[in-house]
Formats: sequence, C-alpha cells, structure tokens
Amino acid sequence: MTKEHANWSPYDFNGGTCVAVAGADYCVIAADTRMSTGYNILTRDYSKICKLAEKSVLASSGFQADVRALQKHLDARHLIYQHQHNKQMSCPAMAQLLSNTLYYKRFFPYYAFNVLGGLDNEGKGCVFTYDAVGSYEKVGYSSQGSGAKLIMPFLDNQLKSPSPLLIPAQDAVTPLSESEAIDLVRTAFASATERDIYTGDKLEILVLNKEGLRREYMELRLD
Amino acid sequence: MTNGAFEVPAKGGFSFDNCKRNEMLLNKGLKAPGFLKTGTTIVGLVYQDGVILGADTRATEGPIVADKNCEKIHYMAPNIYCCGAGTAADTEAVTDMVSSQLKLHRYHTGRESRVITALTLLKSHLFRYQGHVSAALVLGGVDVSGPHLHTIYPHGSTDTLPFATMGSGSLAAMSVFESKYREGLTRDEGVKIVCEAIASGIFNDLGSGSNVDVCVITKGNVEYLRNHVQPNPRTYTSAKGYTFSKPTEVLSTKVTALAQRAVVTERGDAMEEE
Repeated sequence: MTKEHANWSPYDFNGGTCVAVAGADYCVIAADTRMSTGYNILTRDYSKICKLAEKSVLASSGFQADVRALQKHLDARHLIYQHQHNKQMSCPAMAQLLSNTLYYKRFFPYYAFNVLGGLDNEGKGCVFTYDAVGSYEKVGYSSQGSGAKLIMPFLDNQLKSPSPLLIPAQDAVTPLSESEAIDLVRTAFASATERDIYTGDKLEILVLNKEGLRREYMELRLD
Repeated sequence: MTNGAFEVPAKGGFSFDNCKRNEMLLNKGLKAPGFLKTGTTIVGLVYQDGVILGADTRATEGPIVADKNCEKIHYMAPNIYCCGAGTAADTEAVTDMVSSQLKLHRYHTGRESRVITALTLLKSHLFRYQGHVSAALVLGGVDVSGPHLHTIYPHGSTDTLPFATMGSGSLAAMSVFESKYREGLTRDEGVKIVCEAIASGIFNDLGSGSNVDVCVITKGNVEYLRNHVQPNPRTYTSAKGYTFSKPTEVLSTKVTALAQRAVVTERGDAMEEE
C-alpha cells in the first residue's frame, strides 16, 4: 500500500523549442506552438511566449504547467514592482528576478527552460539564457528546448559570439539586420522541425524594437 | 572437447557471447545504446480483389527523426508483402530471412508461396525469441486460396483480420478503419481509406511522419506505390541561402616511416629443459 504511488511523477515534458536573437536595436524571440506529451500532440496552438514587461519577453519550453505557474508568479512580481516604483521593470532586472525565482525552488525545480529576450535601457537587444534552477548568462543569441541541440550549432556557425572572458567586454549582439535575423530564425525552425518530433505545427515570432512589439506567424510541418 | 573449439564459426542464429559482459556493464551504470525504432503507423485491409498495405516513412531514434523517408513495406515473395514496426534492424532481418526461406521453398516445390507459410515461419521465429526480436508486422498477400491479411506481434501471436493496424500510430489509424471500412471495397476506395488511416497516424502520432507508401496486391499483380502521398513538404527555405565558413585548412603533411621491424628468432627449448 505504501508503494502504490511510487511511479507517479509530478513532472511531464511537453516539448517545444525557443530561440532568441539580439541585435543592435532589436530583439527577436521565437517559439513553436506545439504542445505534446509522449507520442501525443495535446494542442497545435499553444503559445510558449509571454510578454512580462514592455521590454521583456520570455519564451519557455519544458513542463508547461510549471511554465504557466512561473509566468503567473513573474507577472505578479512585476505588478508589485510597478506599484512600488511606478515604472516598468528593465530587461536585465527581469533577468535577475527570473534567476532568483528559479533558484528559490532549487530542490523542487520549475521544469522550465527559459530564454528571456528584450531591450536594455539603451534600447539595445539583449538575450538571457537559463537552466532549470536559475543559472543564467547574457548572450547575443540562444536556443532552449527539445530542438536546441539541432538549432544551437547552426546559430553558433552563423553568428559567432565573442568570448565572454574578453577585456574590455565585447558587445554580444549579432551583426545581422532585423529582417536577416528573422530569416535566420525561420530557417532554424523549419530545419529543426524536419528532425525533432516535438517541434512543429506553427512558429510564433515576436520582434521588439523602438517601434514597439510586433508578432508574426509561420506554418511548420504538422507531422 | 576438440582443440580450437572457440574458432568454429556459429552455424546460425544469434551470438550471445557478450550477454554476461553487457549485463555486468549495465549494472556498473553503463548506458546501453538506443536502437533505431520505427515508431510507426502500418496498416492493411482486404478489398474486393486483394489486399492493400500502407505505411508511413519516418524512422526515429528517441526524439530525433533518423530517416525521413524509409521503406517499411518489405518484400516477402512476388505475391506477399509485409509491413514492419518496431526495431528497424529486427523487422528488416526477420522479413529478409523469411523471404529467403520462402524462395528456397518455392524452388523446392515449384509452386507459388502461400501467405500462411510466411505467417508460420515469422511467428515461430518470433516465438522462439520470446519477444526479444521486436518486430510487429502486418502481413498481406494473395495466394491460391485468395487474399489474406494477418498481424503478428513481437511475442509470436497472430491475428487474421479483414483490416489491421500496428505501431505507435495504430490507434489513430484504427479509428479511420473502424469508421470507414466495409466489405467489398473497390481498389480506389481501399487505397483512399488506407491513405487516410496512414495520414491520421502521420499527423496525430509523433512517432509517425513524412510520406505515405501503399502496396496493392491482387491475383498475379503487385502495385508498389512508393511515396503515394507527400503531405509534409518543407515549410520555409531562405531566399538568400546560407554559406558556411571554410573548414580548417591542411597547411603541411609529413609522413614518417615506421621503425624497422624487429626480427624475433625462437631460441628453442631453454625453459622446458629446466
């Protein structure tokens, strides 16, 4: 009787892939919209992207129940921040808040793999990439989720980033124009969908720049 | 025991030489390598003049698509074909093996192979290996006694059915068959339902994907329709294309000859004498 629930797990894995690319005056955040479990598709139209503040956008794959709980928590924290400071949280501040939130659950983690994209205080693109327990790094581009191991080498090849150990610190943003970055992301997802069974259905792309936030979609393979 | 018994090559069957060692390594925490699985949708149905088989074309290795356009409808005999799901190597090996046994049997008897013969050979092999040969099959063909369709499970049990599905997409495909199958279908109706069943597997089961293969077997004729439907083209190709930086160049090459081979001469029986 005591071991009856020994096989039950509080976690599931819902698949999906996220990518973010930072440029000089823009940031592209993208994720597919498939949510699956095992060999089943739960829905073909679930957004993994969450706008946390005016200039911070979070894309997360992993276990979507945990992701949703995390998003709600961050939303609530951001609301408190607005009441206390009468302004929107900056993207680097949101990045630190996300890290702290994840580490707070170090021994019962949110099963969420996040990429945070946005614009910093100078309007420059920035991307922060995380593991499930809050280790994070500011980078020029990143990918997380089931297709990350397919996409990341492609991005590395196309957008070689400077070493983070260089002194003085080099700018991590990519040299691409906004339209080139979007084209790169579209190609990366079309390719990942060919080979990763958990990525597909539709691609949601968010573009942050000085004009504001723009959203576009692209069809992916449905199989 | 005869001298050099080790070197005699095995007469047939599998080699179990490494089982003990592998079990020990597994217990020491070694991760066993995964095998290529065709997490598959395969189907078959009997129609008015024969049998139609269908399959998707995706082969997976865990979450990765290993082959986007593999062939899962295997040749058994001129009048018999067999769809395979499970470990790719097993389905391939078991169908090839039985196919050659059938050919020898035809040379021996001078008659067309029967589906029941193929079925018996397959199930007795699978039963002998107690499910370790992971092949789940849909066997179809037309012989002297008419059209036949069977399913064979990895442990060796079999079914004889008017319509059948197998693999991870079997439920998706069966839902189509259960709602649309009837007796006395025409060829075109049959092919349409088979394609629909496979498409249902392709779109709703992550283990299945890419294209639809169909095989129509009638008395004295086989139509193998490879990639009959291709419902999953690539959705985006960059207009400008991509360049990849040049690989590391070879700057110089130098070949160093190996040292002169030492000559060892036997000194005879010095040790044995003492």
